[in-house]
Amino acid sequence: MKKILVVLPHPDDEAFGAAGTLAMHVSRGARVTYACLTLGEMGRNMGFPPFANRVTLPQIRQAELEASCRAVGIQDLRLLGFHDKTLEFEDPDKLAGRIGELLEEIRPDLVITFYPGYSVHPDHDACGAAVIRAVGRLPEAERPAVHCMAFSHDCEQALGKPDVVNDVRPFLEQKLGALNAHRSQFRYGTLPARGRLSETEFAEWLGRERFWTYRWPKSDL
Amino acid sequence: MRSIDPQDVQARIDRLRGQDLYVHIEMTTGAYAAHYDQTKHQASAFVKNGRIRFSHGSVAGRGPYRVGLKTDEGWVYAEGLTHYEDEETDRLILQGHDRDGKLVVALLLSPLPF
Repeated sequence: MKKILVVLPHPDDEAFGAAGTLAMHVSRGARVTYACLTLGEMGRNMGFPPFANRVTLPQIRQAELEASCRAVGIQDLRLLGFHDKTLEFEDPDKLAGRIGELLEEIRPDLVITFYPGYSVHPDHDACGAAVIRAVGRLPEAERPAVHCMAFSHDCEQALGKPDVVNDVRPFLEQKLGALNAHRSQFRYGTLPARGRLSETEFAEWLGRERFWTYRWPKSDL
Repeated sequence: MRSIDPQDVQARIDRLRGQDLYVHIEMTTGAYAAHYDQTKHQASAFVKNGRIRFSHGSVAGRGPYRVGLKTDEGWVYAEGLTHYEDEETDRLILQGHDRDGKLVVALLLSPLPF
């Protein structure tokens, strides 16, 4: 049975870029552990119109995350208890150590996270960096593949085209279930890509999930 | 959350006067402001669980509102506040949301840590 460890910083980070892929793996019998580093407690969206506030948001987002995991079929959700916006200021060894414990416990075949340096939000980059640090501590032969999401404007220029592109159109129901679970964060019609893209492009964007396999620099080998 | 009723908020501020409180104050343009529009200067700041005691405080403006709290040695100030939590009893939760509903500014006071 394939074991997948997903490490992302905010509830909803799974929804755009990975929910279809995870649903696909689950349908093939994979077991997915999702370690979510924070509760997104500093999020700006509080519902449309606002139904959460700064104090209630973390609990509301936790419940939304649990609903998203149910929609996708993720079996094992771990909340790591770090604080939104602060990951880049945490002790890097502490963060990597926590992820290292999960790697040891789960021994995943595949790890999914953000590509450090190409993921726009400082928490995304810090999360990806911590995962790479943790996986990099494993002997080379024991390292699982790390599939990274990236969406900075320069990501393709720097990393090339994504080498893993999953057609998740058969799993759009699960993916939309995940997106809709995060109801304090999105309305389907107001997803940022919705304004930029035509109807067809939007369907294409939703139905295709792109990952870059992390390439270890020579110095790490 | 409800649109700010300045009289109700003023009464709530008055009830918290002269006590040791925890303050959460933040302002943000959003973590993706510069990603979606490179002409935007992205910025944010927050203090969570600062300690504060104020001798007087008040609401000003006709909406969005401003709040100023005078402390022994300085001030706490926020502008752009639009909403408050009217069901809170011990805490004061003031937030400013833009026309898309996104939070721009928040000022929270509580006798207990956030």
